[in-house]
Amino acid sequence: MKLKSLLAASAAAIALAGGAAAHAQEVRIGLLTTLTGPQAALGQHVRDGFALAVEEAGGKLGGVATKVIVEDDQLRPDVAVQVATKLAEREKVQILTGVIFSNVAMAVARPTAENEVFFVSPNAGPAALAGKQCSPWFYATAWQNDQPHEAMGAHLQAEGVKKVYLVAANYNAGKEALGGFKRAYKGQVVGESYPSMGQLDFAAEISQIRAAKPDAVYVFLAGGMGINFTKQYAQARLNGEIPMYSAFTIDSITLPALGDAAVGTFQSNLWNADLKNPANQKFVAAFQKKFGYLPSNFAAQSYDTGRLIDAALRATGGKVGDKKAFAAALRNAKFESVRGSFAFNTNNFPIGDFYLLETVKRPDGSIAQVTRKTTLADAKDAYFGECRMAGL
Amino acid sequence: MSLMFEQLLNGLQFGMMLFLMASGLTLVVGIMNFINLAHGTLYMAGAFLAVAFHALTGSYLLALGLAIAATALLGLVIELLVAQPLYQRDHLDQVLCTFGIILFLNELARVIWGSAPLRMDVPPWLDGSVDLAGIGYPVYRLAIIAVSAAVAIGLHLVITRTRLGMLIRAGAADRTMVVGLGVNIQLLYALVFAVGAGLAALSGILAAPIFTVQTGMGDHILILTLVVIVIGGIGSVHGALAAALLVGVIDTVGRVSLPTGFGNVLIYVLMASILFWRPRGLFPSHG
Repeated sequence: MKLKSLLAASAAAIALAGGAAAHAQEVRIGLLTTLTGPQAALGQHVRDGFALAVEEAGGKLGGVATKVIVEDDQLRPDVAVQVATKLAEREKVQILTGVIFSNVAMAVARPTAENEVFFVSPNAGPAALAGKQCSPWFYATAWQNDQPHEAMGAHLQAEGVKKVYLVAANYNAGKEALGGFKRAYKGQVVGESYPSMGQLDFAAEISQIRAAKPDAVYVFLAGGMGINFTKQYAQARLNGEIPMYSAFTIDSITLPALGDAAVGTFQSNLWNADLKNPANQKFVAAFQKKFGYLPSNFAAQSYDTGRLIDAALRATGGKVGDKKAFAAALRNAKFESVRGSFAFNTNNFPIGDFYLLETVKRPDGSIAQVTRKTTLADAKDAYFGECRMAGL
Repeated sequence: MSLMFEQLLNGLQFGMMLFLMASGLTLVVGIMNFINLAHGTLYMAGAFLAVAFHALTGSYLLALGLAIAATALLGLVIELLVAQPLYQRDHLDQVLCTFGIILFLNELARVIWGSAPLRMDVPPWLDGSVDLAGIGYPVYRLAIIAVSAAVAIGLHLVITRTRLGMLIRAGAADRTMVVGLGVNIQLLYALVFAVGAGLAALSGILAAPIFTVQTGMGDHILILTLVVIVIGGIGSVHGALAAALLVGVIDTVGRVSLPTGFGNVLIYVLMASILFWRPRGLFPSHG
């Protein structure tokens, strides 16, 4: 009996000591992103952007020792759920970030909330999480997925473009994207094509576009599909006739693979390397110096996420343990965003600006995106009205 | 009318590209009875090596030749190390092993070249468009049709007019008999595997300027290639040509003339109905 209670007491003491060690001013962050497969470049940008934010804070976000555990989601929701659960239960992470794709984010949102882990998404912003399923455990630091499409729709509407042809991959996000575009664009849609995921050859769609004679074509084809389409569109000599507008199709990751084919096309984005604010100029220079390549918006968003967490931790004195206090600190975090301004809406999605970028060839022969105008200022997403945010 | 003509041309060109892939694979599957899922990876290897050799030499044709030779060599290595020990095993072992090669080579390419997609430009002397019945059609795509047609004619001549072709046909029809006749079957297998790899590389190199050069690029085209060789009849190059053109044209025309979604399943409906009436494909080669 005596031995038993002694054992129990020492076990309790060890558990206490262990618990204390975990709380001893260390913040544990899981960075779950896509590091293998065709989209691995995006994950690399997200990982490096976050690493830069941690490094600039001297390895201490909010002044506390920061442990970042990097994991690969393989762009598979089932794998992501397993890894996220492991991160929460075994690695005891208090914050999860890094997720790029919305199908992964939707899968991970529930296990993180159940484990009381704050999920701060640097890119994925699915409609459900912005609206009916909004949660005090979920924060999006980039956008709601529809917004860049809405911004381009608003731009073409403002420019008085009369007829557009729309192209998006045939999956849920593709339909939602064009839905977002049409929310802001009220002109005539003369044709729509939904090529299947992974389609290689777009000659048929390009012939249809040429025959439909629109004033502009709007494209949402991510990754390799976007590269294939843009190259083939340029090879068909349509760039000069029918200007190509897009989102998530051409960025600094795909530009090296596109070269001249992208020159003269327009993109919708929330960020560009040439934004004039001081935080951004510092970020772009530091990123290039450290990693030797040009950051994309994915790197910028992840860097911003790191800086947001830094500011929130600073406000709570480095503590995540008081969930209510940390949630409030995240919502009200003040930091100099590389986007210029940053604030959360009531659904924990940002209120932010969107820009029109044009891909140009510089006099030295290099190809780059330049910011042409602000298409939407302080934009809120279309779903925040449906969100009834629960308390913690 | 001119739109329909243009779409037919698009389909023809896409079909010809599929043929380059399918002709190699159908021989490997038909003659060696070896399910080689890594055929798409050889297509990727061709494209990556062409980009590398192009950067090195600055010449498109030189890069083309070097990349085809290097990929054929890679095919030979795979034949020796992986395929040979598996010829006598069942198909599941072959599928698992060649799937492993896909994963391995995809990641190897990522380690060497990084995960960002690479660029291969259309060579300047093929960059432009010609006027065909009022539509500007890219010269490069016409060149693909021409090269593929030349390969098809070349393969046809080799298979119907030479001793090697006779052995290939005999191997596809009855493997055991060919061995019984005292033919060095190992040499024949290695040769066919290398030629198949070279054709996959040629296809990948021709595709590089219009498609993305990145890891995993061979995976999508592999699925279409498998559809083509099943429709055409496994082991038959003539069948592969007919099926590739059929798939290319039906896929292209179906996509633009049917409602969204229907066009994409059309080739699978085609495959199912052809297999229903002709379970061995259009041009069966096995006796």
